[in-house]
Amino acid sequence: MSLIELKNISKSFEQKKVLDRIDLSIEAGEAFLILGRSGAGKTVLLRHLIGLIHPDSGRVLIDGKDLNQLDEQELVQTRLKFGVVFQNSALFDSLTVGENVGFALIQHSALTKAEILPKVHTALEMVGLEGIEELYPYELSGGMRKRVAIARAIIYRPKIIIYDEPTTGIDPISVDKIVHLIQDLHQRLSITTLVVTHDLDVGLKIAQRVAFLLQGKIIFEGNKDDLQNPERITDPRVVQFIQGSSSGPIKEMEV
Amino acid sequence: MYILKNAEQLLKYCGSVGIFIKDTVYFMLTRRHNLKIVLKEIVSIGIESFFLVSLISFFVGIIIAFQTASFLKQFSSEIYISSLVGLSLVRELGPVLGSLIVAARSGAAITAGIGAMKISEQVDALEAFAVNPIDYLVVPKFISLLFSMPLLVIYGGCLGIFGGYVVGAAKFSIPFNLYFQMTFESLQYKDIVSGLIKSVCFGSIIALISAFEGFRPQSSADVSKAVQMSVVRSFLLIIICDCILTALFYFILA
Ligand SMILES: Nc1ncnc2c1ncn2[C@@H]1O[C@H](COP(=O)(O)OP(=O)(O)OP(=O)(O)O)[C@@H](O)[C@H]1O
Ligand SMILES: [Mg+2]
Repeated sequence: MSLIELKNISKSFEQKKVLDRIDLSIEAGEAFLILGRSGAGKTVLLRHLIGLIHPDSGRVLIDGKDLNQLDEQELVQTRLKFGVVFQNSALFDSLTVGENVGFALIQHSALTKAEILPKVHTALEMVGLEGIEELYPYELSGGMRKRVAIARAIIYRPKIIIYDEPTTGIDPISVDKIVHLIQDLHQRLSITTLVVTHDLDVGLKIAQRVAFLLQGKIIFEGNKDDLQNPERITDPRVVQFIQGSSSGPIKEMEV
Repeated sequence: MYILKNAEQLLKYCGSVGIFIKDTVYFMLTRRHNLKIVLKEIVSIGIESFFLVSLISFFVGIIIAFQTASFLKQFSSEIYISSLVGLSLVRELGPVLGSLIVAARSGAAITAGIGAMKISEQVDALEAFAVNPIDYLVVPKFISLLFSMPLLVIYGGCLGIFGGYVVGAAKFSIPFNLYFQMTFESLQYKDIVSGLIKSVCFGSIIALISAFEGFRPQSSADVSKAVQMSVVRSFLLIIICDCILTALFYFILA
């Protein structure tokens, strides 16, 4: 049984088909990459995994359980298996960094403030930040916000961590730091890592398995080596994306 | 066709507002709430509108006093301005003006705040952490408006009556004791109760509509529109609700 299974997921907004019969399974412990251009529907796909969006048809199975058939309590439990790092970090503006990082524990555990504090400190330490508990999110740089968001997602030791565009809008040096951090956390916490990005280099540094999303369909799924070995890719659209070329079959297609 | 589509949209809107209200009330009654957060909200909503309510109530008190005085002069019974100022403020103008002020100040702020959270994925983040956004964001505001609205209205009423007294004292030299004695004699228990019921209803309208509108924006461009909508719809609903309640009290209490 796979940890995450998507079966035949379709989703449209108004007339627009964003996901078209997606099948995907992600095993426990692996680092999985979903590649796709901007607007390909990557974020929409992620939202299905934690039940923020319900599919028009198809099923989402987490640990073998259908998300749609869970009661309220089970849904809470299932969501807490995930740590999500959102595309814009999505730190809570009105809370301090410390309160942000400790948010899940404050909401869902019986721990007191004094017990949460050292955990917040450890989580921040793991992402390489210290002594910023009292700052507010607007006082941080984009890269720091991202790392705070990562700390917030790992503090309750979820089974799966999802990164939505972890490196977009961040300078190259910080990108490298964050890539290392993601690799490091993947190994140290022996967690399942799911990365969604349009940045091929970043993605391939982190993941072992790759799925390529285009126009709501998965047009390639396989190991990282397959993607790096030109002879094994037959689809010209995938080749074009890897080469980063503007001429090719993807050009004329509206995304 | 056009009308049909509009009617369908209106029904859909009402439907989702209905579900939203149901959820809010459900979470309010079933979950435990952080008293400190609610108290903080009450204070902040109160303070936000305190100055405007003071100013406007005071001036409205003066205005009613002058308006009624010019009429009562015909019967040389200016002494009754005290009763008229008191009655109109407690029964009608206090709750309506107070809630319009709060809708424009705190309601708009609630919509903008939730809207900003919505478009920056913070609302999604709440859900991802298995925290219900309605429970976390709306219920504290709802509860605090239920309390702060009547408090503001009582305060505004007192200031308005004082404004009337200023006119009564300065222009018609009505003594302090007499003025307030007349005010309280004319005010009946049911006037005060109906004013308070109104203010509670208007407070919940503001909280529900402004929070509901806050969850609707999909992009930053929608936020300003949502704020507009929230103020306009709150105003409309407050007036409609006032009309219904006033008619109702007329038949029940009269
Ligand atoms: N709630 C929604 N209502 C309507 N359309 C939506 C909604 N959410 C997403 N879409 C549409 O679905 C498409 C895919 O959006 P999505 O955010 O998943 O793209 P993405 O792959 O994450 O792109 P990016 O790299 O820019 O983040 C977009 O065209 C968007 O307009
Ligand atoms: Mg996205």
